[in-house]
Amino acid sequence: MHIIESGNVAAASGVKLARAQVIAAYPITPQTPLTEKLSEFVDAGEMQAEYIPVESEHSALAVCIAASSTGARAFTATSANGLLYMVEQVHWAAGARLPIVMCVVNRGIGAPWTVWNDHQDSISQRDAGWIQLYACDHQQIIDTVIQAFLLAETVSIPVMVCYDGYLLSHTYMPFDVPDPDKVDEFLPAFKPAYALDPKQPANLNTVTLPDIRPDVRGNLAPGYMEIRHNLHVDLRRAIDKVAEIDARFQKIFNRGGHPFIEPYCCEDADFIAVCLGSLSYQLRDVVDELREEGLKAGVAGLRLYRPFPEQAMVELLAKAKGVVVFEKALSYGNQGALFTDIKAALYPGPARPFVKNFILGLGGREIKTADLLKTFREACTQGPASIDTPQWIGLKL
Amino acid sequence: MQKKIIEIRWHGRGGQGAITAAKIVANAAFISGYSGVVMAPTFGTERRGAPVFTSLKISKQKIYDLSPIEKPDMIVVLDHLLLEEPGIVSGLKPGGLIIVNTPKPPTDYDYPGMKIATADVTSLAVQVGLKPGIVNTGIIGAFAKAAGLMDMETLSQAIKDEFKNRKPNRNAKAARLVFEKTVIGNGSEARP
Repeated sequence: MHIIESGNVAAASGVKLARAQVIAAYPITPQTPLTEKLSEFVDAGEMQAEYIPVESEHSALAVCIAASSTGARAFTATSANGLLYMVEQVHWAAGARLPIVMCVVNRGIGAPWTVWNDHQDSISQRDAGWIQLYACDHQQIIDTVIQAFLLAETVSIPVMVCYDGYLLSHTYMPFDVPDPDKVDEFLPAFKPAYALDPKQPANLNTVTLPDIRPDVRGNLAPGYMEIRHNLHVDLRRAIDKVAEIDARFQKIFNRGGHPFIEPYCCEDADFIAVCLGSLSYQLRDVVDELREEGLKAGVAGLRLYRPFPEQAMVELLAKAKGVVVFEKALSYGNQGALFTDIKAALYPGPARPFVKNFILGLGGREIKTADLLKTFREACTQGPASIDTPQWIGLKL
Repeated sequence: MQKKIIEIRWHGRGGQGAITAAKIVANAAFISGYSGVVMAPTFGTERRGAPVFTSLKISKQKIYDLSPIEKPDMIVVLDHLLLEEPGIVSGLKPGGLIIVNTPKPPTDYDYPGMKIATADVTSLAVQVGLKPGIVNTGIIGAFAKAAGLMDMETLSQAIKDEFKNRKPNRNAKAARLVFEKTVIGNGSEARP
């Protein structure tokens, strides 16, 4: 059934359909309406879940970590400085291998304060060991939230579902709410391999020594480095799982088909724009315009940012003459993180397209389609750049 | 860009229900075959009583551009005093339509090259038994008559769906009454 609602309601509806059992969250703009909606669902008895109000984001994720350790399906959501306030627990959840799902409603980070959209918050957590998925519209938000629970529980790694604050969170558009019975078929109840039980007390994630040592039963157990190595290996393996889960979703719901990167007019493209989130959809209109001008342009929206699907990225970009990376985040003092990732992926290949980087939309600075058109057109026609530093769009110095 | 998008900007005051009005029209548009519907409220810090606006874009195709409306085809104004504020009609396309809740007739307004539709939504809504100040359903009647994009029946049902627990019939009736009373004029017919 199609409804017209906000992106936050799309996310909350996904969490409800996924039958999350424990929700703990602290409100922060622009995430607030998502948690409000969930608390309404729980209050109205529409969700059989425990909604635990907390005094901070750190506690929100700590509650989810505890709940997930006992085998409950746990959900939280945050934005910007809220995400940063929970960072210790963000890393902990990944190391502890807990399949928590968290929505990050993307917002710029203070100082100075901003409540508006960019991607610095989630990008700053790219190395935490979580899987990061990005949505481009409301349909992808609700679908991705549902998929995220299955993915997290399949690989025992927490998943962030990231979507643009305000641009998606507070904007209304039509989307299909999946049939609950079909969601139950797609996403069975969570059956953890191990669940903490009061009848069988246990210490989890206690201090490890630099080397391996015997566990309580006398067997040699993995040490810190092995545990972290396994997290990395399992994250890499999760790339295939993302594709499998997308295929399963497509079979049941007839949507999807682009688990890693969503391309638009890329097949014969000489120039391909790459970016995260709703911006990739805005660039579709720019691509249409450039095609009318006779420029073979395309755009690719990256859906899976961590683990980084470099094979798919190389396959997409290898035949292009130029790649233009638009980013709403920056590794300060260096360049856009996605730009670095894409160049690294292309480096071993025989033919390397030129790659350019544009920083835009920080703190909600309006991204005008006309500016995108001009920038993308010039980036293509001017060919390789002599310098590697990112250029800025919409800067008013 | 190439695809035809109808852009409607809604102006009201915080708390007046401009977002709800735009959402009702969005729902009616979707049901009427506009598969592309995007409604974007003012982002950030809304306050009761302060001027706010909401962008509504509708198209027969999916809409990918979420950027704010710069050149609206229509402007809907829930409080005629807002027309005294600068920038309310800015960007309106030549031949564009202004729909306003006002006790005054179209001839009292001077917008050369534009069309103007007026209705005293505030008074008409009270006549059907709504509390004074509830104008966000009535204004939809003026929109239905002046814009001609969707029929009153579909809009009426969308109002009832949105207000299913809050006087659905009276709200729908307000829209119907306003539909009948809306006067459409040429924006440059102002008296000398």
